[in-house]
Amino acid sequence: MKLLAIDTATEACSVALQVGDAVIARFAVAGRAHTQMLPKQVAEVLAEAGVTVRDLDGVVCGIGPGSFAGLRIGLSYAKGLAMVGGLPMVGVSSLQMLAGPSTLDRVLTVIDARLSAVYAAAWKRDDVGQWQAIMTPTLCAPDALPAAPDPAQTWLGLGSGFAAYAAPLAAAWGAALPVIDGTALPSAVHALPPGRDALLRGAGLDAAQLQPLYLRNKVALTQVEQQALRAPRQG
Amino acid sequence: MSILAIESSCDETAVAVYDDIAGLRAHRLHTQVALHAEYGGVVPELASRDHLTRVVPLVRDTLADAGLDFADLSGVAYTAGPGLIGALMVGGATAAGLAQALGCGIVPVHHMEGHLLAPMLEPDPPAFPFVALLVSGGHTLLVGVEGLGRYTVLGQSLDDAVGEAFDKTAKLLGLPYPGGPALARLAAQGRDGVFRFPRPMTDRPGLDFSFSGLKTAVATRIPEVLCDTARADLARGFEEAVTDTLRIKCARAIEATGYRTLVVAGGVGANLRLREKLGAWAMQQGVRLAFPRQAFCTDNAAMIAYVGWQRRGEARSPAAGIFATPRWSLADLAPVAACA
Repeated sequence: MKLLAIDTATEACSVALQVGDAVIARFAVAGRAHTQMLPKQVAEVLAEAGVTVRDLDGVVCGIGPGSFAGLRIGLSYAKGLAMVGGLPMVGVSSLQMLAGPSTLDRVLTVIDARLSAVYAAAWKRDDVGQWQAIMTPTLCAPDALPAAPDPAQTWLGLGSGFAAYAAPLAAAWGAALPVIDGTALPSAVHALPPGRDALLRGAGLDAAQLQPLYLRNKVALTQVEQQALRAPRQG
Repeated sequence: MSILAIESSCDETAVAVYDDIAGLRAHRLHTQVALHAEYGGVVPELASRDHLTRVVPLVRDTLADAGLDFADLSGVAYTAGPGLIGALMVGGATAAGLAQALGCGIVPVHHMEGHLLAPMLEPDPPAFPFVALLVSGGHTLLVGVEGLGRYTVLGQSLDDAVGEAFDKTAKLLGLPYPGGPALARLAAQGRDGVFRFPRPMTDRPGLDFSFSGLKTAVATRIPEVLCDTARADLARGFEEAVTDTLRIKCARAIEATGYRTLVVAGGVGANLRLREKLGAWAMQQGVRLAFPRQAFCTDNAAMIAYVGWQRRGEARSPAAGIFATPRWSLADLAPVAACA
């Protein structure tokens, strides 16, 4: 199976190409240069493997949560790629990709969502090595993190949320969370296993169907809401 | 040889196909007006989200309308600016993905060059050189067009764009967003001369515009407007002031350049009173007046596909990165090189 995975939802920009058992990958901290970096990374891995887009069996794409503009760059590009050959697509959460390299089988992944909030999810590795969501991706205040689903176990904390809000997150999970790494970033390499799994199950989506996972959906106030906010101040 | 173009610079998602045989083969558009109405204006984040949702079905449907397959495309153009940066990136990244899969190049297109050249899609297109008046919600420009890619900005608004002045005045009159067209309908019922407003910056030489003072002048008269008749009269007074100002500046631009053709493009170009006034003036002066069809006055991908086709010689590898910019001067464009 030939699969291309890409992710641009955080400050990282990464692509990974799987051809059989071989994986060719690129990873860079892009800041805000994803539009420059992503197309170059894709062209490089395809050229290195001697593969063209039409040889692919599917396109796996990070759907967020993360930067709204960032995740749309990857999703738009991936949809453009997949549309041409009618390739099936699989969306993978950046929170799941973050868990990928963990040595422990239980991971709490947290991404800084700005505006005093985090995107968080908890994962457990199953018998065949796939990550299962124990706590599905959610948007919450750092001190309102849902309780550890299995507090007697040891969890590893990964992601930028731990750099921004180490104290409240540690307080919420206490002894269940002895080790954290706030520098961890999602990488497309870790979208390949769930992507492959979904395609084998026939769970690939058409390019028009694949949806982003913003989690934060209230992004502006309607005129009615703006008036309601102003009213008490004027009164 | 067919070029597919994507437009996503503001609140319309549009796709078109242009080729050397049929010219414009197909064009489609989804407008987000209803999405933004309850917010009283375009919310950039919501616009970007909607572009991402709409772009795949629009590309497919437009190709189907054109009777083409992806394999028939030899290039992908997209609006690279000026516009809302997050919105532009959706179109640009989609174009880059398509081009990477097709093994073809991408052509970044200047949105305003699209508007300038929109009349070229009509059956009897204007010949170069001409003066173009670009009037929309985001722009008010007078441009000298000597040829493809050879533009001189003759004058522009120092503050509000003319479409913006229409929308803001409509808001003062309590008309729902987007108020410009509703204001024009109201003005059609009003009487001329009841409310008299200044024709800004016409009492001095030059081709620049200013509309924010006019909007303020309207605001000061709002307390006098107590019935529907008065509202219509005030709308009329405003529209007369704006359209007179535009006509005066267009006449000056024609005089200054010596060109004999005036092209009017952009959303406000659909305003009937403006068309009437310019029509009468042009007839009297023996100046040729050219408008794009109504649907190509406002944002669309047909004009982007046209420019993409003209600039196909500038196609770049999608691997070189996706160029998109919120600000971009027309004067920075290079002349179009002859294409094979």
